[in-house]
Amino acid sequence: MEENSVLLKTPLLRQHEKLGAKMSPFGGWLMPIQYSGIIEEHNWTRKNVGLFDICHMGEFALRMDPEKGNLDTLVTISLKRMPLFSCRYGFMLDEKGRVIDDLIIYRIDREHWMIVVNAATTQGDFSYLRSRLEGAGSFEDISASMGKLDLQGPLSAEVLSVLAGPGIRKLKYYTFGYFDLLGERIIISRTGYTGELGYELYMPASKVALLWDRLLEDDRVKPVGLGARDTLRLEMCYSLYGQDINRNTTPVAAGLGNFIDWDKEFTGRQALLEEKNSGSGMRMIYFMAQSRRCPRHNYRIKYAGRDVGAVTSGSFSPSLGCGIGMGYADREIAPGETVALGDGSVSIDAEVTLKPFYKDGSAKSGEAK
Amino acid sequence: MNVPEDLLYTKDHEWARIEGDNAVIGITDFAQDSLGDITFIDLPKQGAELKQSEWCATVESVKAASDVYAPLSGQVVKVNSELAEHPELVNKSAYDKGWFAVIKISDMSQKGKLMSPAQYKEYTEGLSK
Repeated sequence: MEENSVLLKTPLLRQHEKLGAKMSPFGGWLMPIQYSGIIEEHNWTRKNVGLFDICHMGEFALRMDPEKGNLDTLVTISLKRMPLFSCRYGFMLDEKGRVIDDLIIYRIDREHWMIVVNAATTQGDFSYLRSRLEGAGSFEDISASMGKLDLQGPLSAEVLSVLAGPGIRKLKYYTFGYFDLLGERIIISRTGYTGELGYELYMPASKVALLWDRLLEDDRVKPVGLGARDTLRLEMCYSLYGQDINRNTTPVAAGLGNFIDWDKEFTGRQALLEEKNSGSGMRMIYFMAQSRRCPRHNYRIKYAGRDVGAVTSGSFSPSLGCGIGMGYADREIAPGETVALGDGSVSIDAEVTLKPFYKDGSAKSGEAK
Repeated sequence: MNVPEDLLYTKDHEWARIEGDNAVIGITDFAQDSLGDITFIDLPKQGAELKQSEWCATVESVKAASDVYAPLSGQVVKVNSELAEHPELVNKSAYDKGWFAVIKISDMSQKGKLMSPAQYKEYTEGLSK
């Protein structure tokens, strides 16, 4: 167990303590795991609005002309094709196509970018990029001065437009804009990690507490911890870095090939193409238990009596009332087939399914299908 | 934390309410609070012989699965079948509606190994620090 004294703290520690949160270490930070309870917070976010402290994540600011700089060769996202005020999800890979980190890039202006990365990988990502970036005007780790709140749930547009104005409703999925909020001009993107309509708000760290308190004054908003963040994302089959994807896995195996722009050169492309074309290797499968029992991280996956892989994420699905999980199998297993998940003392039957588990999310509501 | 006066406790956070030759058993308020939302409970079978401090049930919460140990040795005469559909009763009512099983105590002298309410209270206060 890490000592709390060496853990990093977000500007909201006092708020979490006042709300009676259970705090726990995550990615080197002391973070709220739950307030009223994971299931209640999960269900609240699916029906109303959940507010998440995401200040632990890392942000880099980059000035770079995409025609002259080489960031395009270091990530799977095609920068040149990104419209201004859009964001894209993708990966930074090593030569073998394994995931150094997953990230979201924001195009603020023709030559101005923000890169959002995971908490535990922030320092490593920054050194990796700094040593390889060429043709950049400036490159800065702005994580310490940047605060981040996620506001997620079907009513989040209504709640946020009270503070930020009706322009919020015009934001399309995976786009962002600058909004005036409590005297600050901040970036708000229509993105998130829950499958619901929602926003990520980037503001100076010094203003986070003020905004947090203001948002919670609205009865439709409740604080949600990392526990429910995990069950919400798992119901959508979103990968968690460090657990479902890491330095030993590729986006192809993880079923995330659609976030790769194959038409350009980037580190790891050759290895990924070979893996993709061979059709062999591990692949992510998703399974739903036939009971309330939950698959757990590292449980073995058995199919037709054979050990075929391991569970990377597993939990109880509050929306579906059964155990759900995902993990890598060494072969194709069709949806509808049964696998057994266990650790020797437990064996849980589960049905392989298509992703996502939860199909009624509001994330893309109002978008053309 | 709620620690009722009429129960005996273990250091693993189980409780026992002795009623004549039988004991009703379950897990404490402290245990349910640290586990969080309970989603599934694997209870012992009726007729099973439990041994003090050995496995008697597995409790799954959203976060993890944990074993529960028998506070006393004895044969299971009744299990709380409500918990199959409503494991959250343990979160809501750890000492009443969230009971796990009734056992017929096989060795009454084992009571001596259990903690009194005052001892358990002191023990959990030490853990919370």
